Amino acid sequence: MIATILFWVFAVLGVAGAIGLIFNQNPVYAALSLILNFFSIAGLYLSLSAEFLAAIQILVYAGAIMVLFLFVIMLLNLQDEPDVMKFDARRGVAFLLGLAFVAEMIFVFKDFAQRDVSGEYTFGKVEPIGEQLMTQYLFPFEMISVILISALIGAIVVARKYRHG
Amino acid sequence: MEFLTPNAYTYLSVAIVMFALGAIGVMTRRNGIIVFMCIELMLNAVNLSLITFSKMHAVAGAEGVPHPGANGSMLVFFVMCVAAAEAVVGLSIIIALFRNRLDIDINNVNIFKW
Repeated sequence: MIATILFWVFAVLGVAGAIGLIFNQNPVYAALSLILNFFSIAGLYLSLSAEFLAAIQILVYAGAIMVLFLFVIMLLNLQDEPDVMKFDARRGVAFLLGLAFVAEMIFVFKDFAQRDVSGEYTFGKVEPIGEQLMTQYLFPFEMISVILISALIGAIVVARKYRHG
Repeated sequence: MEFLTPNAYTYLSVAIVMFALGAIGVMTRRNGIIVFMCIELMLNAVNLSLITFSKMHAVAGAEGVPHPGANGSMLVFFVMCVAAAEAVVGLSIIIALFRNRLDIDINNVNIFKW
């Protein structure tokens, strides 16, 4: 019972955060809505007993990545986007495509209503994930460090101020 | 109240709605940073569906497989790492764009258009 209530609370908060992201004129409010969405997704991970990934979701997404986004938004001092709620042909097509996607996927996945997700899940714990990372997934785990260092160097090179002349 | 009990379909429906909202945001918004945040939202929706499938297979079990459902949560871990790298590179591109044009409206970014 309590699990059902928590699931629906997090689901509604997550969708509300997503709606707030795409309808807020002010980029800072949009980023804060996205943080609400990330926390709700972490709650949904917890309700699927994926504790490690819920913690990582809060630390990496709601912590590090969103701080980076807010920092850049405040650095650039952006103005509001006034015509967010205005309705024109392009927006209509976008909403129709989104609704078509939702309808199609809801139809495709309807057989999963019988599948249970409330049982035991050992792979939410830290220990089996660490063991897998150091055995079966050792090479991808090392490649992550290559990706991160190349992203770091690339970001410095792209955002650097070039002296002209 | 029985139909409110969460199963794999309800989790997937939440992920689908979040993904569609992110896609609508990418198609309608013109602010580069918000388009970028919508892409993060879509990545998170996909992560939620991956965890749902992983848990579903772990609960159902499988013959001869030592850790059913292990791959899904590992894939989510790697998607999060790649998303962090992607956020860094994308935000630096936005800063470079702002430095050159004082504007990040993606309708006005047409340097390569011919």
